[in-house]
Amino acid sequence: MAIKILLEKCTGCTLCVKACPFDAIRIMDKEGPPAGRQAVIDLNKCNLCGACVPACKFKAILLEKPQVLTGAKPDLKDYKGVWVFAEQKKGKVQPVVYELLGKARELAASLGADVSAVLLGEYLEEEIQELIWRGADKVYVVETRELANFQDEPYTNILVELIKKYKPEIVLCGATSIGRSLISRVAVKLRVGLTADCTGLDIDPERKILLQTRPAFGGNIMATIISPNYRPQMATVRHKVFPETQSDMKRKGKIIRENFDGPFLVSRSKLLDIVDEIESTVNLAEADIIVSGGRGMAGPENFKILEGLAKALGAAVGASRAAVDSDWIPYSHQVGQTGRTVSPKIYIACGISGQIQHLVGMQSSKIIVAINKDPDAPIFKVATYGIVGDLFEIIPALTKKFKEVLKR
Amino acid sequence: MNIIVCIKQVPETTEVKINPETNTLIREGVKSIINPFDAYAIEEGVRLKEKFGAKATVITMGPPQAEAVLREAISLGIDDGILLSDRAFAGSDTWATSYALSAAIKKIGAFDLIVCGKQASDGDTAQVGPGISAHLDIPAVTYVKKIEEINPVRNTKAIIGEDKISNGVKDNFARVERMTEAGYEIIEVSLPALITVVKEINTPRLPSLKGMMRAKQAKIIHWKASDIEVELNFVGLAGSPTQVVKIFTPAPRVGGQMLKGETQEIVDRLVGLLKSDIP
Repeated sequence: MAIKILLEKCTGCTLCVKACPFDAIRIMDKEGPPAGRQAVIDLNKCNLCGACVPACKFKAILLEKPQVLTGAKPDLKDYKGVWVFAEQKKGKVQPVVYELLGKARELAASLGADVSAVLLGEYLEEEIQELIWRGADKVYVVETRELANFQDEPYTNILVELIKKYKPEIVLCGATSIGRSLISRVAVKLRVGLTADCTGLDIDPERKILLQTRPAFGGNIMATIISPNYRPQMATVRHKVFPETQSDMKRKGKIIRENFDGPFLVSRSKLLDIVDEIESTVNLAEADIIVSGGRGMAGPENFKILEGLAKALGAAVGASRAAVDSDWIPYSHQVGQTGRTVSPKIYIACGISGQIQHLVGMQSSKIIVAINKDPDAPIFKVATYGIVGDLFEIIPALTKKFKEVLKR
Repeated sequence: MNIIVCIKQVPETTEVKINPETNTLIREGVKSIINPFDAYAIEEGVRLKEKFGAKATVITMGPPQAEAVLREAISLGIDDGILLSDRAFAGSDTWATSYALSAAIKKIGAFDLIVCGKQASDGDTAQVGPGISAHLDIPAVTYVKKIEEINPVRNTKAIIGEDKISNGVKDNFARVERMTEAGYEIIEVSLPALITVVKEINTPRLPSLKGMMRAKQAKIIHWKASDIEVELNFVGLAGSPTQVVKIFTPAPRVGGQMLKGETQEIVDRLVGLLKSDIP
């Protein structure tokens, strides 16, 4: 397994250099006759991603694709159906699950398969029904006191066991703080591929495999990832990427209950307490609208102005790193590279200059509104609507107007 | 007490720019740095070391030049650095990476706590930390924003039969705060365990002059695939369940319209433009 340049075909044209996301290719003089230029791959930098291969018009780059592994290779055809992990908190299924169910229905339709939800917890009767109304053909349910709240180990043990028993072809899970922890463990135990934070999921029409597209390098590049030789194919999906399915009370589904005890429920960690500290009822990850403040807010007391606007809009309050590092607002509100990544319908950036570290956390928002007194602030380069002006004048006026129009 | 900190060398995202003509990534001359989240993991490791007289070891998997981030960690107070580097690891996905790192950690020997950053800024997967814990079969707590208490001492007099494990925790434990979407959870976890940490956990220090001197002279331990117990079928591109089939640059977001005029005029227009998108 290796990558190599076929010297007789390489013209030194630089197309591969431009395609390489890892800066691993250089053009140099050819060593021997005939004289000319050629590409050289720095193997210490090369990640074998293969981006250069299709970029080369001369078919001069050879990447030996991985062979199917030795060892027990599962019979891929035994795996059928699309599963959604139905994350619940305090007995309520989380909104991201309904977003996934909609996508799962599309994928299942392309595969001629059905959609199942997996629900672990306690006292879930109404939620089981809701999952069926929202698109699940089957709901696998495990109810016991030990599963009431998420715990890494029992949840992993049970999900692994259910997957081994029922063999789904695809497993989807929200890229939430619970989902990202749980599903990484599950993928390791099952020895299967897992793609994080997907923003696009499709079925390859010919090979019938899952095409998983996700951002990397802070959204600067997109990668499409497959896991053709392993089942299930697993992916986590960010909040708000796909629309929620609506409830259809005519839908019927099958409920399959499973029981686990003893070793499956052993946990070496214990949840002592859950502290909810988001004062407003809206959390950033699930918010349709976010009102965010930066250095231009000038002080902690001014975040009240933002809270007023957020309240009028039913929005969550975000912040830039500058505001968090000045202790104007807690870290849990920080949007950006070292905070949260969000993609609401509307993101209103107030007094945020728009450093790249902030942009990578919010630039996939559908509409971006920027209010800043500096006309050269980089935030305006990504803003759908930009306003150069004094936010202390504009935001109260905006709040008042929204209250009138929305009658809240 | 033994602490292991896992870190990654990443390109400085802030310097990753798009060439507007070719619409491709400009990586030339981009600096390599310690993954921003790993700075908090290093700091937490050093703080525990100082508090308990622990030994702190930092490990990274990457190309030979990743040695630089190990030296930087040592300059901040970490004792030893291990570089796991081999062409056999190239192209590893998160499964294969966490497998190789877990094998290297097994070779390091007994440990109480593994500390990782929440995720790396280049891949953004947050999968390697929990993956390592699964390979090592130890508990993990992700997104830790505070270690409230940590007791690394094993109580050898623990009464067998009084089944403390089934309700959670043994004598040697850590009690931590784990960040969630709505707030945080307080979790007790038995040691050895793995935690991944977020920015709120601490404020990383700057290297001291003495630290920088030590880092310069420190002997970095180099391990190849043959130095650790790994199945070669499970590492590198061939051992990775996932494959990248396409890399492309998303269409860059372009600026829209600037709203100009008197404040009330602007506000009325903006409300009109946004109204239909408000749920």
